[in-house]
Amino acid sequence: MELRYSESDEAFRARLADWLAAELPKLPALPAREDWSARRRYDTDWQKRLFEGGYAGLNWPKAYGGADASPTEQLIFFEETTKAKAPYVGVNFVGTLHAGPTLVEEGSDEQKAAHLPKILAGDEVWCQGFSEPNAGSDLASLRTRAERDGDDSVLNGQKIWCSFGHIADVGEFLVRTDPDAPKNRGISWLVLPMDLPGIEIRPIKTVLGSSEFCEVFLTDVRVPVANRVGAENDGWRVTNVTLKYERGTAFVSELIDSLRLCEDLAPLVHDPVARRELGRSLADFEGLWALTKRNVSQASRGVPGRGAMMIKLAYSEARQRFGELCLRVLERDALSIEGNELVEERLRTLALPIAAGASQIQRNIISERVLGLPREPR
Amino acid sequence: MFLDLTDDQLALRDGIRALLDGRFGPDRIRHGFDRAMFAELADAGVFSLIADGFAWADAVVVFEQLGEFCIPGPLVASFLAADGRITAAIDAGAAPVIEHLDLLDRLVVLDGAVREVDLAQLDATPLDWPLDPLTPVWRSAAVIETGALPGADVDAWQRRGAVLTAAFCLGMSQRLVDTSVTYAAERRQFDRPIGGFQAIKHLLADMAVRSEVARAAVYSAGAHLDADELPGLARSVSVAKALAGEAAIRNGKDATQVHGGMGFTWEVDVHLYLKRAWVLDTQFGSAEHHYDLAAASLTSGS
Ligand SMILES: Cc1cc2nc3c(=O)[nH]c(=O)nc-3n(C[C@H](O)[C@H](O)[C@H](O)COP(=O)(O)OP(=O)(O)OC[C@H]3O[C@@H](n4cnc5c(N)ncnc54)[C@H](O)[C@@H]3O)c2cc1C
Repeated sequence: MELRYSESDEAFRARLADWLAAELPKLPALPAREDWSARRRYDTDWQKRLFEGGYAGLNWPKAYGGADASPTEQLIFFEETTKAKAPYVGVNFVGTLHAGPTLVEEGSDEQKAAHLPKILAGDEVWCQGFSEPNAGSDLASLRTRAERDGDDSVLNGQKIWCSFGHIADVGEFLVRTDPDAPKNRGISWLVLPMDLPGIEIRPIKTVLGSSEFCEVFLTDVRVPVANRVGAENDGWRVTNVTLKYERGTAFVSELIDSLRLCEDLAPLVHDPVARRELGRSLADFEGLWALTKRNVSQASRGVPGRGAMMIKLAYSEARQRFGELCLRVLERDALSIEGNELVEERLRTLALPIAAGASQIQRNIISERVLGLPREPR
Repeated sequence: MFLDLTDDQLALRDGIRALLDGRFGPDRIRHGFDRAMFAELADAGVFSLIADGFAWADAVVVFEQLGEFCIPGPLVASFLAADGRITAAIDAGAAPVIEHLDLLDRLVVLDGAVREVDLAQLDATPLDWPLDPLTPVWRSAAVIETGALPGADVDAWQRRGAVLTAAFCLGMSQRLVDTSVTYAAERRQFDRPIGGFQAIKHLLADMAVRSEVARAAVYSAGAHLDADELPGLARSVSVAKALAGEAAIRNGKDATQVHGGMGFTWEVDVHLYLKRAWVLDTQFGSAEHHYDLAAASLTSGS
């Protein structure tokens, strides 16, 4: 066990910190909350800066324009960017963190060439069309149909909860290509340009009153068969590649940010009971931060840590508890969201135990894959 | 940065585990702590790790295993005293309830210094029905301190004692997960293993997560003890003691539930673990105390 970082890791940190100090003052003003095209511009502008600075696609192989950074360097990147309050990955989430890495592993050379450079440079925004009204936790029961017609597939169906669907250029979509096969054997994973005729996108208003996710209606949408990633009907396997990345490091910046929020809340807490609860929240987050480092340590030795699949579940719970504390400490000052980060975060984090696999599903997965208990009906 | 066991630590873990498995099984443990047990552990080098050149992080690895086997006795304070004398410690301000008094060579109170107590002057009566049957206790009207233990730094005792106790709790919390998973896979109701019921699966998943988070926190605190020039030492100690202590207590409670009626029996070991976890919460600062310290670190910058 060793807490100190190696010299080369510290050098990476120092270079990054210098770069951030030079780059962050050049950022444009923050866009208005509901101005989605401005938000897209802001986030992709940041992605371009990362690209030019050599920090885009940190976990991607060099051959595809990535930095091929070690797991420890990736951790340092999250640490430094979060501490410096650099922009969050935002609308680049799907492209850089899971669609891109899926293409790296599963895409054809043409597909890689068509998308990977654009994702890295902030020139292409992706969304995820997995969930459907009747296929949430039971994702494999999805029904959006793809029927072959010559060199095209013709899509019909409906997707829901598609984050940033209204501003994305392309999406990773799951469709049913064989309705007669067992449910996880008849699925294909494909790249869907979001401007094709027959695609209708309707934003859904969230508990924040904003609209970052959408319903997507597909009516006779023609997409080239060449857009399929992986073999026909092998999409469930490809999906698991995507989910592996989606659930991987997605919470690291949030976790670091939670530690900062504890510091922000501290001066407002005077009641001894609330102070103790703040200590408990801090311990929760510090424990998860240590677990994150332990995962990274194991990953750097090529051992997949069991902690990786536990972090999302534990973090969701810890963050809910902290959010409750924030509201109680703020009392009636919590009655307005505007300019009140702690309240806005309380609302936003209500989604944590639902999005990217609900907590109940996470518990099923842990009890089955880590503890070896009997499997749920599927 | 490497927060996992090194190859040497894995070997150390496996070595102590084999020793405990061979000679400190459940039957022996149930007879409680005695001088022979202390001597055997001492002969195995358990109490002289630091003098033998091992790091605090290595001691953490060993105490995690001692916890897995629920080894009784004032192990942590004896380890800190490191002079072959069986030593117990009580926190300042705690009620004068003393464990293992019949076997103690030394008792200290952590009260601004590591203060020795004059055992000869203690007027203590054994309490009939100890909460933890493996931790017999005496109550004393007064505890008369004779002076500071030479060369003992009370802050270091507090920190190290908290981390080693946390490591012991971590081991207990992990063993509670493992025995509960085994039981849930074997015990059948409604024609299937109870481990197939989601309510039980989810309890077990939560137990495993608690234990895994505690492990990371304890290893991190152990590494901090060896690198005390780095910032965050005090906070990491508090986080480890609080999280591991609570993991042991809550896993003890959930393990009882998973075992059903068996969980309420003397025969099944679960209660021994839960009771020890309660005992250890009263040593080197309770979880609540450490949450308060953690909160204070937010404004004091330690
Ligand atoms: C903010 C946000 C953004 C999202 N973005 C996207 C996106 O970009 N693209 C996309 O495709 N999807 C997205 N999703 C969808 C998300 O993946 C689903 O909401 C999630 O998988 C749960 O599905 P559901 O909403 O249909 O809930 P359901 O599956 O209906 O679940 C409802 C409740 O039942 C429980 N439940 C279901 N099955 C079981 C079981 N077997 N055992 C125990 N309990 C069970 C669940 O845990 C949950 O509490 C997003 C969701 C949110 C909240």
